[in-house]
Amino acid sequence: MTMLDTPVTGPVKGPEGPDSHPDHHHESPTPIGFWIYLMSDCIIFGVLFATYAVLGYNYAGGPAPKDLFEADFVLIETALLLFSSITFGVAMLQAEAHRLDNALKWLVVTGLLGLGFIGMEIYEFHHLIHIGAGPDRSAFLSAFFVLVGTHGLHVTCGIIWLVTLMVQLRMHGLTSANMQRLSTLSMFWHFLDLIWIGVFSFVYLVRLI
Amino acid sequence: MSTEVVETTRETVSPIFGRLSLDWIPYHEPILIGTFLAIALGGLALLAVMTRYRLWVPFYKNWVITVDHKKIGIMYMVLGFIMMVRGFADALMMRAQQALAAGGAEGYLPPHHFDQVFTAHGVIMIFFVAMAFVTGIMNFVMPTQIGARDVAFPFLNNFSFWMTVAGALLVNVSLFIGEFARVGWLAFPPLSGASFSTGPGMDYYLWSLQIAGIGTTLSGINLIATIFKMRAPGMKMFDMPVFTWTALCTNILIVAAFPVLTATLTLLTLDRYLGTHFFTNDLGGNAMMYVNLIWIWGHPEVYILILPLFGVYSEIVATFSGKPLFGYKTMVWATCCIMVLSFLVWLHHFFTMGSGASVNTFFGITTMIISVPTGAKIFNWLFTMYKGRVRFEVPMLWTIGFIVTFTIGGMTGVMLAIPPVDFQLHNTLFLIAHFHNVIIGGVVFGVYAAVTYWWPKAFGFKLDDKWSKRTFWFWLTGFYLAFMPLYALGLMGATRRMAQYMDTGWQIYFIAAACGAVLILFGILSTFIGFAVSIKNRKALACGSDPWNARTLEWATQSPIQPYNFPQVIHVHGRDEFWHMKQTGFKWSTDYTPIHMPKSTATGALIALFALGFGFAMVWYIWWLAILSLFACIAIGIAHTFNYNRDYYIPVDEVAKTESKGATA
Amino acid sequence: MSDHSNHSHGTMNQLMTGFVLAAILTVIPFGIILGEPDFSRYIKIGIIMGFAALQIIVHLVYFLHLNSKAEGGWTIAATILAVVILVIVLAGSLWVMHNMNENMMPMPDMDKMMSLQSQQG
Repeated sequence: MTMLDTPVTGPVKGPEGPDSHPDHHHESPTPIGFWIYLMSDCIIFGVLFATYAVLGYNYAGGPAPKDLFEADFVLIETALLLFSSITFGVAMLQAEAHRLDNALKWLVVTGLLGLGFIGMEIYEFHHLIHIGAGPDRSAFLSAFFVLVGTHGLHVTCGIIWLVTLMVQLRMHGLTSANMQRLSTLSMFWHFLDLIWIGVFSFVYLVRLI
Repeated sequence: MSTEVVETTRETVSPIFGRLSLDWIPYHEPILIGTFLAIALGGLALLAVMTRYRLWVPFYKNWVITVDHKKIGIMYMVLGFIMMVRGFADALMMRAQQALAAGGAEGYLPPHHFDQVFTAHGVIMIFFVAMAFVTGIMNFVMPTQIGARDVAFPFLNNFSFWMTVAGALLVNVSLFIGEFARVGWLAFPPLSGASFSTGPGMDYYLWSLQIAGIGTTLSGINLIATIFKMRAPGMKMFDMPVFTWTALCTNILIVAAFPVLTATLTLLTLDRYLGTHFFTNDLGGNAMMYVNLIWIWGHPEVYILILPLFGVYSEIVATFSGKPLFGYKTMVWATCCIMVLSFLVWLHHFFTMGSGASVNTFFGITTMIISVPTGAKIFNWLFTMYKGRVRFEVPMLWTIGFIVTFTIGGMTGVMLAIPPVDFQLHNTLFLIAHFHNVIIGGVVFGVYAAVTYWWPKAFGFKLDDKWSKRTFWFWLTGFYLAFMPLYALGLMGATRRMAQYMDTGWQIYFIAAACGAVLILFGILSTFIGFAVSIKNRKALACGSDPWNARTLEWATQSPIQPYNFPQVIHVHGRDEFWHMKQTGFKWSTDYTPIHMPKSTATGALIALFALGFGFAMVWYIWWLAILSLFACIAIGIAHTFNYNRDYYIPVDEVAKTESKGATA
Repeated sequence: MSDHSNHSHGTMNQLMTGFVLAAILTVIPFGIILGEPDFSRYIKIGIIMGFAALQIIVHLVYFLHLNSKAEGGWTIAATILAVVILVIVLAGSLWVMHNMNENMMPMPDMDKMMSLQSQQG
């Protein structure tokens, strides 16, 4: 009977209370709903990758990838993101073991790694624009800036979300609502790392051969 | 409203008003002044009535902040009908212009105005009429068909709706402040790029579609999650009504295709605002890439529009033939096939772009293949009627009108799928006739069928039969008179989007088409008169919860549906569950439990309001307002996540009270 | 109170396995560029793209815990559909645009013309 009383939940379930339904967590539509969102986001990236694939050789007399990209710089960016994925994974495991403080520490590390990544990307963009290789130089650079920038924008959103959630974890602790949010953000974070695999391989490395 | 490129590129941008100046208020255009006065007076009258009868608070509490999927569905329908009036006014203007402007005559619309009219017509009819109708019907019907209390994410649903409204409002603001795009409904660059569309019109187009697009994508995610997670216990996928199946496939298409639109329009926006070179003529840009990408969204979009209506016709045919739908599984698989195939045909929109024979052949063949599952559906509907006791109620009239009309439209579509034929017919009025044939004959007829069919469920009384029939016959005859001449004109070589033409031999066809548009006007008038008459006679037209002797779950609960949809959980045993319930003499028990419901929230409407402000500011380069609005959207969104108190329980005695009232009504 | 998620978010073991695999699959493609081994161009492209595909699968399995059972199979179904559509968008766009460029009039000096034009303009 109570089966149907639970489904009507917002994106996030209410806090644990005596009258909530701890037995119905599996009913939450959030994981699948968020996964579908990720897939649609993935298609946005797909369009940007396709644009890069089609327009990425139109240098219009301007600089080519070999003039601009440095593999070791990208390697550090990649490492930062990969490590941040791992630290988020550890934070998640700590949260599941009900160790709030440990979880928060690992989340801070994750956020710092993310910030490091964003910092490097801003540095790279600034440098490129400074040497006259901005997004208005050629179709290749337009496609590069927008694809990499969109990913960076996602990471920035992820960091804002992370900070918000850390405040909420401090306020309410590891309630089931917050666990739901944490695992949703974890999906988002790992997803961004996954997109980055495409970026470093297809946008940078292949063009450096 | 200058069309001179040089003149407008040197416009000044003030730090406070951006590029918005008094010159952009079209007070020298009598048509626009008249429209503005009419809308202003109408609006004032509405405000006065709402104040007089103290409707503001109920409007806000019951509608603006509601998360009830039924009310949101109804609001989508209202939005659809309002925007249909706007879009149809554009259509009438075009038909009148073309009926007049033959053999050197100029007609009454200057070209720059005519171009805005056809662009606005297309944009409004697709994004804010057809999409609003389709989303509205899915919102209202689907959760009740699967025995759910609401959608998976009720707040998101409210937010999606208001974002759609914000987009619609932005398009309409362009009518009186500035101008709209002059580029056709898909805004191909380089015409839509920074160098050839300098004014704010093109930016109105971009920002309104982006804002509405966010709403559409989120609503798609929401409805898919609803179908996956909220079905009544026991309802397996192949127990779902066909309409729910088509809603599922439609929303999958939305979620898969709308990101492509979002990304493509973003690239065009960047070209216009930041000087990137995706679709420009210089520095390596390629305008053809835009055409390619926009149609990767565009073709699935036409199936997004038609699939839910296929579902509507399926429900109606089964109900009014008194039989289960013929070939339920074929219907489901045909829908799934169409869903995947719709992603493989996009190039047929630009056979003439310059691709080689291999590409054109591939897409020509896939296009012909996609007509096979559609044909299978037509036969399923016919076989459902075969040997049934068909009742020719109004929804059934629309369905039969659809089957005939859509078949004709489908066949002209297959003609256009043949690349050599398409080279003759590309961008002619033959194409215009074809897609109006499938969109009016398929989508509009289906929306009318759905409105007549589910109106009693929404309001507890039927629509007036006489006026509904008048609406049907006006639309049917009007459609044929308006668009059959266009097929002929297209074969004679008349291209689309012409403000004037020289060949006076064409004029008689254009006049006939204009007469057809007038018949459709009568159809639209009959619709609204019919609504008014029915509301006035609602006592006499009142009907029970199951006026059509239907087969699916939404008819099991009282009309109008209560906020919680069903007083108890329904355990589903198979297809056409309500039919079996009726056979076995089902009665709701009076043993109620408290019902868990989501709370209303103003967040969605508030964010959408600021999104509208953001869009307006971006159109006019009012950067401070854009930054503030964007910041407000984000801040309100984050603040919303701090609210953990989002649900409540309807107590047992309240459920008992509403249910006993419903039983006596 | 949150035991439900123990199964869906894996274990330390899983996390570390994923990390090691991902690290290997990252380092080798970078090694190909930084170490400049004597392979043909196509082999290099093949290795980089192949390893990217493998690493995406590793991330899906070990970090995002994608499997055929989660959410009644709907996550994997959604993923497969997304991959199909991505392939259509990417391969289709490349094919269509390439084919069109082939069939267009050759304009060998386009880049030069453009840079000249932009200098004048």
